[in-house]
Amino acid sequence: MLAWTIYLSFGGALLIAFLTQGRPQLARVLALLTAVGGLAIAACAFFTQTGMTPIADAAWIPAMGIRFMLTADGISRVLVLLTGFASVAGVLFSWNIDRRVHEFFAFYLALIGGVYGVFLSGDLFLFFVFYEIAIVPKYFLIAIWGSTRREYGAMKLALYSFIGSAMVLVGLLAAYAVSGGHTLNLAALQQYPFPVSFQMWAFPLVFLGFAILAGMWPLHTWAPTGHVAAPTAASMLLAGVVMKLGAYGCLRVAMTLFPHGLDPWGWSFLGIGSWRMVFALLAVIGIVYGAAVALIQNDFKFVIGYSSVSHMGLVLLGLMTLSQIGLDGAVLQMFSHGILAGLLFATVGRIVYERTHTRDLNALSRMHLSRTLPFAAWLFVVVGMASMGLPGFSGFIAELQVLIGAWTAFPVFTVIAGVGIVVGVAYTWRAMQTAFFSDAPAGNSAPVSSTAAEHAFQPITWAEKAGVVLLLGASLAVGLAPRLLLDQITPAVLALPHTLLTGGRP
Amino acid sequence: MTAYGNLLGILWPESILEIVSLLVLVADLGFMRRATMAARMRVAALLGTLGTLLSIVWLLTHSGFATVMGGALVSTSPVVAAQVGILGLTALVLLLGVSARFTRNPGEYVALVLLATTGMMLVAAARDLLIIFVALELLSLSLYILSAFAKHSAASAEAALKYYLFGGMSAAFMLFGFSYLYGITGTTSLPAIAASLALAPLAPITLVALVLVAVGLGFKVAAVPFHLWAPDTYLGAPAPVAALIASGSKVASFAVLIAVTAALAPAWGWTLTLLWMAGASIILGNLAALVQSSVRRILACSAIAHAGYMLLGIAAHTLAGDRAVLTYALTYALTTVGAFGVVAIVERDAGTDRLDAFAGLSVRSPLLAASLLVFLLSLAGIPPLVGFWVKFQMFAAVLRAPLAAGWGLGMVIFAIAGSAVSLYYYLQVLKRAYVAPATEMRTLEVARLELLLLVAIAVAVLVLGIFPGVLMRWLPTL
Repeated sequence: MLAWTIYLSFGGALLIAFLTQGRPQLARVLALLTAVGGLAIAACAFFTQTGMTPIADAAWIPAMGIRFMLTADGISRVLVLLTGFASVAGVLFSWNIDRRVHEFFAFYLALIGGVYGVFLSGDLFLFFVFYEIAIVPKYFLIAIWGSTRREYGAMKLALYSFIGSAMVLVGLLAAYAVSGGHTLNLAALQQYPFPVSFQMWAFPLVFLGFAILAGMWPLHTWAPTGHVAAPTAASMLLAGVVMKLGAYGCLRVAMTLFPHGLDPWGWSFLGIGSWRMVFALLAVIGIVYGAAVALIQNDFKFVIGYSSVSHMGLVLLGLMTLSQIGLDGAVLQMFSHGILAGLLFATVGRIVYERTHTRDLNALSRMHLSRTLPFAAWLFVVVGMASMGLPGFSGFIAELQVLIGAWTAFPVFTVIAGVGIVVGVAYTWRAMQTAFFSDAPAGNSAPVSSTAAEHAFQPITWAEKAGVVLLLGASLAVGLAPRLLLDQITPAVLALPHTLLTGGRP
Repeated sequence: MTAYGNLLGILWPESILEIVSLLVLVADLGFMRRATMAARMRVAALLGTLGTLLSIVWLLTHSGFATVMGGALVSTSPVVAAQVGILGLTALVLLLGVSARFTRNPGEYVALVLLATTGMMLVAAARDLLIIFVALELLSLSLYILSAFAKHSAASAEAALKYYLFGGMSAAFMLFGFSYLYGITGTTSLPAIAASLALAPLAPITLVALVLVAVGLGFKVAAVPFHLWAPDTYLGAPAPVAALIASGSKVASFAVLIAVTAALAPAWGWTLTLLWMAGASIILGNLAALVQSSVRRILACSAIAHAGYMLLGIAAHTLAGDRAVLTYALTYALTTVGAFGVVAIVERDAGTDRLDAFAGLSVRSPLLAASLLVFLLSLAGIPPLVGFWVKFQMFAAVLRAPLAAGWGLGMVIFAIAGSAVSLYYYLQVLKRAYVAPATEMRTLEVARLELLLLVAIAVAVLVLGIFPGVLMRWLPTL
């Protein structure tokens, strides 16, 4: 059943590309229908299936033992559900795109199809194919429909992604050759005893390749520029699901195939004695660095862009804890950040920017948005709180689990990460204060025109409201009843190789 | 009688091409003198295409192993696959060139293309040093003339002269190398050379012979450091000729390189020579392409880089590796013919192949732009296009080759890094086509046949990428 999310997205993309030229409204409606269909399938599977379910399995390239194989476990289903939410919301928030509409939605749905495919692949070759399919549409979405330095941001993002996937490809080819060249089935390769010396270099290579897309410091620099340059829907997808592709790859491929790559090296330098420590350290640096840089940005979108780097650091830290609760938290944080980052980008890039035509915090502070755009102001208050980790929303429970997991594994790092979370409160507060609740004088314009400006903004459209309700509802539901997701995630985490749950070999 | 009967038996496809090329000349010069140039071109190209199709049909219906003159020419399934590929590529080049206006002598043009194709087919089948040399010369001489065929264009003359000077020089080196090989082993037959070299002690003169042979073949595949002709020839030659040089000629050269490697690999130094050429080609081709502003030169530099990847597969020297290289060469050639087809159309309209001429292509002709997207992304190795699959297959074969245990992983990492760089310059072209606003609002004039063929090639690139099994069934095990 879940396989139809992929087919539907690619089919929708083709249909829109070839049939809706010159009929923008039809393209929008078709895109919305496709996305809603994907979400419906994802939700249906999410609520009806448990455990590891095979979806499709057919011979593809028999000579090389490559199969077209789709499977889903709890982690996949959670992320597929996230993709469904993000894709519907993305269509809703790009309702106002009016240039080359059919091409926009064709690229958009092609990207969505690739993302679904990655989350569902049970064969490494297929995984990689979908992973790379997702790169090209991103480039065009940003380069054609983007804003600030769009061509630079798009090219940077495409090259970073491609270099990351080149590293993954090397590891994949090596794993294929070492295991005898019979199969690329993930479950089968997982059983294959790769030599520890091989895992020691293959693991960091593949992990790093995926982590580039997950925005790991210091290879995160594509993320802020890409997010800022992208049109709103693309920023939502980038932060919401594409960065999760990287984190998912880290977990599903790098850590699952090469668990012994996490073992201690047998020597240590400044307390760093394994790849696990190296990546945990980089994750923590990312958390603090992203938050600190977000604190001093003047472009509203850069604030959100760097906050994504910070939040994805928490995901990577959660992965490195190698404990059930930490991994649970990491997957939950992927979902939570996907929803909340989407909302933040929608608020800033669509609801505010499309009306004020500026993202400069100083300029916004003179507009008194809390009065002129109360919907946006209160929305940002709620979402900002949720993203800081307010109990009741999804972010809280996710961060809590990651930190609990990290506490037993790396106490020092956890304290530093805690500092990062405090800084997170600060940058959200600062952005909120400056952009919406500032009482700075309205420049040199007369008070009369400021009241005129209060009526100048277009009202909030139904599409925006629907998108907000959808995403906020999802975050709230998970925050209030985390078991909804955890019941899916925990069994899947427990089914991971044993060494991943016990902190590796002593 | 039996010997010549045999020879004719195995050489039927080549004979058909020869006969058709003469027919084209007769038809064009004898009957079409008063017709318009467009009609003459159409008739000549159509006749030529018919000849290649006839030849393909003969090849496909007369499968099986055959050999003549003591194994100097063979017809095995990979050879047939290469030959069918070469013929198909020639047919595409002829059909795509129907509306090209670079010559007033269409009959001679088509006849020479067919002669060059004959040379390619013989090159692919040859297993004897002398035959290899003669066939390569037939191929090269035809291509030299064809490069200069746009008589009014100085660039075309320059392209031909560069091609000729480099080609003549490298052919001389290669012949010299062949004579050494004959001196060392006492035979010109490749299998016998292999057997003899395997027993021969390591001698400096053997190494000299190997390097000299590498000069000649390196020139044909445009591998560094024998690549200098490629950018200028690709730039200056008439578009269909450049496409032929980049496609059929490459397939033939790689086919013969595989055969020669089978003979020379036992000698120390051959693999090393190939590896050096491969590494240098990958790095130089990819880096040089980054700074080009002419799309033809970008394609030339990318051809150098692709030659580097394929040389890795050849150096691995396993059955799987050879097969992967052949698949790679065939699909690469197909994609390149498509890319050149798009370039030719844009060039005809804008008068230049600079990057800016492609601005707004997606608005001016969406299908053409989409085809270009498919071709270039396939060259960059993005799935699900065939370019990704052949790279994957070849690198997997290299990693699994026993001979490549010492260098396989390093070179594969190097090659994959190179192909990561390559995305940048392919995106430079696609950025113009999709992102940049059109400077010229006229719709692009594209003949229906051209568009049909290009879209068909694009669909083939996509379908072969999604179902690579088709390709693997068609190319049986070596």
